[in-house]
Amino acid sequence: MITIIKPGLLTSIQDLGRYGYQKYGVIASGVMDPIAHRVANLLVGNEENESTIEMTLIGPTIQFHQDTLIAICGGDLSPAINGKPIGLWRPIFVKKGSELAFGKCQAGCRAYLAVAGGFSIQSVMESKSTYLRAEIGGYKGRAFKKGDVIHLGQPSELSSKMVQAYKSHLSSDFFSDAWTVDAGFIPIYQKKSAIRVLQGRHYHLFSKESHKKLYTEGFEVSPQSDRMGYRLMGPSLTLEKPEEMISEAVAFGTIQVPPGGDSIILLADRQTTGGYPKIAQVATVDLPFLAQAKPGDQLHFTEITHDEAQRLILERERELQALKQGIQLKFA
Amino acid sequence: MEYKLLPLGDQAVIIEFGTEISTNIQKKIHLVTAYLDEQAPPWMIEYIPAFTTVTIFYQPAAISRLCNHRYLPFEYASELITSLLSSITGGKTSEPRVVKIPVCYGGEFGPDIENVAKLNGLTTEEVIHIHATGVYSVFMIGFAPGFPFIGGMSEKIAAPRRATPRLKIPARSVGIAGIQTGVYPIETPGGWQLIGRTPLELFRPDDAVPSLLQAGDQVQFTPISLEEYQEWENENQ
Repeated sequence: MITIIKPGLLTSIQDLGRYGYQKYGVIASGVMDPIAHRVANLLVGNEENESTIEMTLIGPTIQFHQDTLIAICGGDLSPAINGKPIGLWRPIFVKKGSELAFGKCQAGCRAYLAVAGGFSIQSVMESKSTYLRAEIGGYKGRAFKKGDVIHLGQPSELSSKMVQAYKSHLSSDFFSDAWTVDAGFIPIYQKKSAIRVLQGRHYHLFSKESHKKLYTEGFEVSPQSDRMGYRLMGPSLTLEKPEEMISEAVAFGTIQVPPGGDSIILLADRQTTGGYPKIAQVATVDLPFLAQAKPGDQLHFTEITHDEAQRLILERERELQALKQGIQLKFA
Repeated sequence: MEYKLLPLGDQAVIIEFGTEISTNIQKKIHLVTAYLDEQAPPWMIEYIPAFTTVTIFYQPAAISRLCNHRYLPFEYASELITSLLSSITGGKTSEPRVVKIPVCYGGEFGPDIENVAKLNGLTTEEVIHIHATGVYSVFMIGFAPGFPFIGGMSEKIAAPRRATPRLKIPARSVGIAGIQTGVYPIETPGGWQLIGRTPLELFRPDDAVPSLLQAGDQVQFTPISLEEYQEWENENQ
């Protein structure tokens, strides 16, 4: 069991999303940074889709009422246990009674807290993700508030083995494994050169000038950005000639351009369908960089082919599989 | 069945049946989605039907394993979809489901009905009569959970969106935008002209099928009085 002492800016329970209901207009929701979420789960012996706590810019303060195996991945929000800084991207065994707090946002803007066994909450439409606008899923359909109490789920066999291995090392507040995931896995959110995008379905309908601007100029993430989408400030993109689109499905990372010319990148809480022209689509492998961008950040885009984007996904999945097997072997 | 397969990003295929909205295309889409429901191919995460397209989402790694990594995911997903669509035997379209939606028109629930009447040189009674005698079809669900895009409204009661959208439109409001009519399932901002409200919930998160309406349904609106509306609401609480 854990208690939320301070809720932070926007802290909610998410998993990999609510799929199978978009045909009824129910949005997918789910984590903004799927890689950080999946790795955090693997590091505590969970299934990759288990629910984690997503926090944004200002993290929560959480008290643990039982010895708990945790991992924090994603943006660096300066996590500390009982005032002692702890590392990201590694398993940490926390002693009962300890308090986890966050400080300055050093890199990125979203972090994921996984606990062994996940959170014991009811799934709604087969997902534990919080759908904030419809107030369903997650913890009472909302972001955390002060005083919320969340029960933890049953740890897996692997989690139990990990706990056994760490138990003897636990002295005061926590034990942090010196081992972390491969450096290649840990994205450096501040140094990303350009976000790779595929041509969108309506790319060819945009003016030559707009094509050029898309790849050469910077776009700033505006303050009117949230889990639904980032509104971008920057060069205005226009169709060669005005045209009405017929509404159809959109995806995580779709870049659409309303008539005003300011682009919007659709994210985790995107609508299921959209009627604006789609100029580009962020490559799946670069979604984590997007998820970690905050208002005021400059984004640059570079083109990637459809084939290359697919190869990169497969490579990423192989790496994740290798990580999963590595953890299993280590604690076998 | 004629169609084009196009990528949506690197994890989805758009099946495009045409570029104009028509009942013919809607029938095809209905046929395809019914078949997808029945077959539930294990490599498919889900599909989203729209006016002229059905988009299928898949897991690239799963598709890659299926073909022993011989093809890139989109290529093989396209092959799987082509073979799936070729096995659909046409013709057995079931009769559309007819859903009756009771509406309490005007008053506090429909603050824009007089405006709609004035714009079209009609009385409010005439607007209600025209709206309630139409037979509509649901083209797609989108924009909000359970929100139907409904076609078939008479142009006699068409009205442009409000110049300034309302910040909050109460759930279950019935509105008009251009030649479209629709019902808001949850409270959202919006610019539609509001003509009434239904006591029926369109979004039902606790049900296996969380939307009252589905693409392909036919809809009829039935006028009810304020008393009937309140009775209906009490019964369903």
